[in-house]
Amino acid sequence: MCNILILFVVIPLVMMLGLWASRSLCQVKVVMVSGASLLLALSIYIVFNYIGLRNAGNDAEMLYTSSIMWYEPLNICFSLGVDGISVVMILLSSIIVFTGVFASWRLKPMTKEYFLWYTLLTVGVYGFFISIDLFTMFMFYEVALIPMFLLIGVWGSGRKEYSAMKLTLMLMGGSALILIGILSIYYGAGASTMNITELSQIEIPTNIQHTFFPLLFLGFGILGALFPFHTWSPDGHASAPTAVSMLHAGVLMKLGGYGCFRIAMYLMPEGLAMWGEVFLILTTISVVYGAFSACVQTDLKYINAYSSVSHCGLVLFALLMMTRTSCTGAIMQMLSHGLMTALFFALIGMMYGRTHTRDIREMSGLMKIMPCLAVCYVIAGLANLGLPGFSGFAAEMTIFVGSFENTDTFHRVCTIIATCSIVITAVYILRTVGKFLYGEVNNPEFLQLTDASWDEKVAVFTLIVCVAGLGLAPLWASDLISTSVEPIISQFIK
Amino acid sequence: MEYTLLLLILPLFSFLVLGLLGNYMKPKVAGFIGTLSLVGITIVSYFTAYNYFAAGRNADGVFPTLIPYNWEWLPFGKLSIDMGVMLDPISVMMLVVISTISLMVHIYSLGYMKGETGFQRYYAFISLFTMSMLGLVVATNIFQMYIFWELVGVSSYLLIGFYYTKPAAIAASKKAFIVTRFADLGFLIGILIYGFYVGTFSFTPDTARLISAGAMIPLALSLMFVGGAGKSAMFPLHIWLPDAMEGPTPVSALIHAATMVVAGVFLVARMFPLFIDFAPEVLPWIAYIGAFTALYAAAVACVQSDIKRVLAFSTISQIGFMMVALGVSTSIDPNNGGLGYMASMFHLFTHAMFKALLFLGAGSIIHAVHSNEMSAMGGLRRYMPVTHITFLIACLAIAGIWPLSGFFSKDEILAACFNFNPLMGWTMTAIAGMTAFYMFRLYYCIFWGKENKELHEAHTPKESPLSMTLPLIILAAITCVAGFIPFGKFVSSNGTAYHIHIDATTAAISLVVAVCSIALATLVYARSKQPIADTLATRFAGLHKAAYNRFYIDKVWIFITKQIIFRCISTPIAWFDKHIIDGFFNMCGKCTAYLSKKIKWLQDSHIQHYCIWFLAGTVLLTIILLIF
Repeated sequence: MCNILILFVVIPLVMMLGLWASRSLCQVKVVMVSGASLLLALSIYIVFNYIGLRNAGNDAEMLYTSSIMWYEPLNICFSLGVDGISVVMILLSSIIVFTGVFASWRLKPMTKEYFLWYTLLTVGVYGFFISIDLFTMFMFYEVALIPMFLLIGVWGSGRKEYSAMKLTLMLMGGSALILIGILSIYYGAGASTMNITELSQIEIPTNIQHTFFPLLFLGFGILGALFPFHTWSPDGHASAPTAVSMLHAGVLMKLGGYGCFRIAMYLMPEGLAMWGEVFLILTTISVVYGAFSACVQTDLKYINAYSSVSHCGLVLFALLMMTRTSCTGAIMQMLSHGLMTALFFALIGMMYGRTHTRDIREMSGLMKIMPCLAVCYVIAGLANLGLPGFSGFAAEMTIFVGSFENTDTFHRVCTIIATCSIVITAVYILRTVGKFLYGEVNNPEFLQLTDASWDEKVAVFTLIVCVAGLGLAPLWASDLISTSVEPIISQFIK
Repeated sequence: MEYTLLLLILPLFSFLVLGLLGNYMKPKVAGFIGTLSLVGITIVSYFTAYNYFAAGRNADGVFPTLIPYNWEWLPFGKLSIDMGVMLDPISVMMLVVISTISLMVHIYSLGYMKGETGFQRYYAFISLFTMSMLGLVVATNIFQMYIFWELVGVSSYLLIGFYYTKPAAIAASKKAFIVTRFADLGFLIGILIYGFYVGTFSFTPDTARLISAGAMIPLALSLMFVGGAGKSAMFPLHIWLPDAMEGPTPVSALIHAATMVVAGVFLVARMFPLFIDFAPEVLPWIAYIGAFTALYAAAVACVQSDIKRVLAFSTISQIGFMMVALGVSTSIDPNNGGLGYMASMFHLFTHAMFKALLFLGAGSIIHAVHSNEMSAMGGLRRYMPVTHITFLIACLAIAGIWPLSGFFSKDEILAACFNFNPLMGWTMTAIAGMTAFYMFRLYYCIFWGKENKELHEAHTPKESPLSMTLPLIILAAITCVAGFIPFGKFVSSNGTAYHIHIDATTAAISLVVAVCSIALATLVYARSKQPIADTLATRFAGLHKAAYNRFYIDKVWIFITKQIIFRCISTPIAWFDKHIIDGFFNMCGKCTAYLSKKIKWLQDSHIQHYCIWFLAGTVLLTIILLIF
């Protein structure tokens, strides 16, 4: 099969082979860096090539499609294909995998095993974004979940066993719901195909949509930290090692929003019409609730995890607003939040590695001691609170303008409640920054700490450049996404 | 006019250079780069202003609105955010104000900030601020304005918190950002409503769309005014401004006196044609809010003891004057009810100059005595002659004494108020009198009055270096002559030339009131003993204390944030999350564990037990089969 997309799965698999064969730490790092760079280069190439193809007039819904039969009796195919949404998600994954490698540069012990699982995780993530077959997607989704358990349970910190168990069990519960949903779609559509583009042409019986839409949406919603099923996220993120937090909050949580949009909403428009408002209430709560919760947390990772609940809530919120602009904004928010939260987790991990505490009450004046990391943290914070010039602003404004296009009063009220989050975000970000970065140094032991090393700078600067790049020139991403959003939302906008 | 893009590129460039490479260069070099780029900006803006106004008016007697640049930055289906440069009389006027003050502050800071750690960072931030402020005034549409509006907010945050190890500075910067963000929420929702119903973010939308939007336009404009009120420190959103004085003094002069805080006035002026045509009922409210703010701030300014706080409240009060002037305009025609618009812009211009002068003068004094408190001063006229004279000029200007610039602009405002209704006119005249009083109280307490001999002997105050006094002299010169600028020829509400004529009655009233107030202040504060002031303060102790504590408005805000947001919302939510939601899932886990514990004896890994169960089962099944 001659498809460039398959490389996204093959490269990580080859990397795993390479890791297995590696005999020294140095070789492990060589494998990881070369593999991650290759993936990054490949995704940049794909983005440009994709834009080129679109500009050349190719208006198929999916590009680079190919399909081989995998299991005939159930019509399971290994079908690949990408549109603008998956392309930006692939780019996001590559950036985060790349920076994650540098963020775990000094990780010990069992570095080789750690990277093996880490790479397996990326197989799952890439596989999910490149496939357009329900079963294949589900399979890759499961592939992504398992390594998470080990990565947190073995290399984590704090209550790692508890967190790993909680995270995995809750997400497994979600995937059980997803499986039921997928089967209902498959049988509802006449048991003839698992391919998403083909399924979208088939009308699934209304009663099936009404019954199974909430299961499917909830299943993916759990992964997208939908209230009240977000509780795995703070514990999970707090215990996970740096790069895993980055990958998890940055990419894996986006699988949720992606699945909601690409599978649940796309294939079950009738179900969406019936259940949309119920879920809209939950997402609106998520947005405000996450932000308020973050205001009183004292652990840096918890603050960021609740902030993620709020921002990921905004993704689902925007999807449920069901206008073209808001859905475009949702995908941009996925991209933007992925980058910003990865930046945050990277910085928190680096600071924790030095101070051995994440409690903001125990730290003060870090700006004096590690100016580079601290300045980057302030930049990340400003990006997070939606300062123009960073990606968050472009994404949030697209969401709010798009949500306002929905003239229904109920939707309007939700929109206005959700916009309030921009103030609360400012409250918790500035509170955090003021508490632990500014002020006088309160712990003399901190005075011996060092500033960022070169590998940390690579990770952090790459992410900042991406966040600023997307924020200063959002046009290309917005264009890329909105053309691909069109066929999906045309399903549910009459 | 293509070169106007330089106005944004130059400061951005110097921000990036100083921000990224600042640590690798000497402070002097950084200051030089920043100041040089500002000289460039000033030349470009003066050149722009000259070219713009020299090019003359259109056939209909109005200056043209030029848009040399306009790019689509982010499209949203039908709407889009554009970025560009728009030149019209008020934006060109603002360019001149911003670049002049900013250049003065850049030069002044070379002396004032000398030897401070973070000198490079300081210059990087004020470059960022200058860029954002210039971007704000040349915005081609309301969304671009909002973008730069947020950027000036963050520059202000960074500069207030410049001394980031000082707890007061951290708290002040946080407060400034959050309060203005709260107001910006109103601005944002206003923009969203405006954009949705009008179908564009531009300032000159389609009239038919505006009419069909009906009641939504007043709503949108009112919400935008909330944003403006936050930035321009209107009551009760003013609380951040006095605290913002924690920043370096030149920053207060640039951001919190002359440029950023008048952004709200600029916003209302920018939307003025829409206000007049589609929301005339909102304008009087703007006037009432402005008047109340002016009164409140003037009352508080009379009793403050920190000289920067006095100036901060004076700024709030003066911005109130500008808002009032806009609010009392009842038509677009300057000769018939629309005078306030011109008066407001004129006052914005003159106030920027003399208030920056006051702040820079205050900086010079603080530099000399190392304290903000009046008690550390007194009798400074002997030590600092240049500062003394320039400060006096600024005080006379703000009090409204002919022929200084403040007289002319304030007179126009009062005339507009008397046109609106006499009550408003007399109120504002009284507040103008209070202004003269508290400014001269300040002046006497610093330069005359009771000298703090102990302090001055231990550390003799001396005149500041040339880099600091030069800006003072330049600004004082501008203050002396700015009143004679035929301002109405350049800026007026409908764009046609308006000939400023001084209304003799109003002028006489305001002059008499100002002179009386100054005389009163002289009587009370000029001597080294101040018996009258002390008696009054003890007689009206309650009032004095309330005014000194700014009428406890800050307490209300602390109550709202600490008690309501943190104690009553966030803490319960966090508790709910930890105990109810998390508890539920933990309980699920525990139940499962409990159940499996209960039934695990069935699987106790003893073969004998399994055999018994197997046998028993078989027997049971056999019996069941035999029976049925």
